[in-house]
Amino acid sequence: MGRFHRHDDGTVHTHDHDESSHSHGTEEHPGHSHDHGQDDLGDHSGYATGRARIEILEDIFSENDRCAAANRAAFDAAGVRVINLMSSPGSGKTTLLQRTLADLQDRLRVGIIEGDIETPIDAERLSGYGAQISLLNTGNGFGGECHLDAPMVARALAALELNTLDLVLIENVGNLVCPAEFDVGEHRKAMVYAITEGEDKPLKYPVMFRSVAAVVINKMDLAPYLDFDMDLFRRNLATVNPSAKVFELSARTGEGVAAWVAWAVGTSLP
Amino acid sequence: MHELSLCESIARAVTREAAGRRVSSVRLRIGALRQVVPDTLTYCWSITSRGPILDGSVLEIEHVPAEIECHGCGTRSQLSRFNVSCPGCGGNDVAVVAGEEMLIVSIDVAETPDLSAKPPDQAAAERH
Repeated sequence: MGRFHRHDDGTVHTHDHDESSHSHGTEEHPGHSHDHGQDDLGDHSGYATGRARIEILEDIFSENDRCAAANRAAFDAAGVRVINLMSSPGSGKTTLLQRTLADLQDRLRVGIIEGDIETPIDAERLSGYGAQISLLNTGNGFGGECHLDAPMVARALAALELNTLDLVLIENVGNLVCPAEFDVGEHRKAMVYAITEGEDKPLKYPVMFRSVAAVVINKMDLAPYLDFDMDLFRRNLATVNPSAKVFELSARTGEGVAAWVAWAVGTSLP
Repeated sequence: MHELSLCESIARAVTREAAGRRVSSVRLRIGALRQVVPDTLTYCWSITSRGPILDGSVLEIEHVPAEIECHGCGTRSQLSRFNVSCPGCGGNDVAVVAGEEMLIVSIDVAETPDLSAKPPDQAAAERH
């Protein structure tokens, strides 16, 4: 478990925390007080207050990111491409997945990691298309986690035979904030966005919209009944993520779904 | 929104680094683009930091504003709202150069181990 330490003088070194005791050459790194072996306790003559400062410089997400890297390595070893699908609740992720599975049935071997809160309803909707489904309930019946993280996805992998799959679609928890922060080991992030959500959300949730390679604009069949301004939405999206691929479709009617599926399949090619 | 799970990660890393010594403060560096609410993080820390190593320790949060740098004209600008248009040339070939930090910078600990404190592994296990 070597970690990087950056010093004020610009030097960087790594060291291993599995050792029970270690200290750093103070001649090499003056002022560095990252010593937590039992041997050198009491050797802090510079600290009159009886306190010591330990420099850490560790990313708070490092645990998650190490696990995400391990997930990605497992996907790569099995030749599986993985898309992390995010959205707000009710945008139509599950309906889109249903359409996607129906379209890919007999063409591509697909696995689903279903991370939505609480019920197995979504997993039931997705059964019957020949896909392997791993259900990860993220709540205890009264709400629950606000996102999937890499260790949760690692647990979900136990229910998938990666070697027999081409593509894994991860249905994240419906939420426009937290899922954007957690790398779970996917190759691409994508979003489903319903036109019932209005035009302004890219500006309100820029971190989410910026994190994705593609945005599916869903519920286009409702366009005649809404005042949704597509040009304004696309301008807002371009403000935070000018390179995102955009797919306008209706998961309910199936119109436009083919282009999304082609992108998802293209993503599955190395 | 996930401040509690962030605090649990921080507590594990800090407890490991403290190696049995009592922690008085934890310095964090958090960028504006990391969607963290500092007051919520502080509140969650008050819940997470129970136990002999972390009890009474305070979080000191250094906030880093978001900044982009334009690949076209080299202008570096600070953002108050996220926008990838360069204020210098209007181009959108920009890189985020600050605002994504999420670091535990350092901790302050008592110089000698608290002999009444349990080993970090045991203390961490009891928190769960």
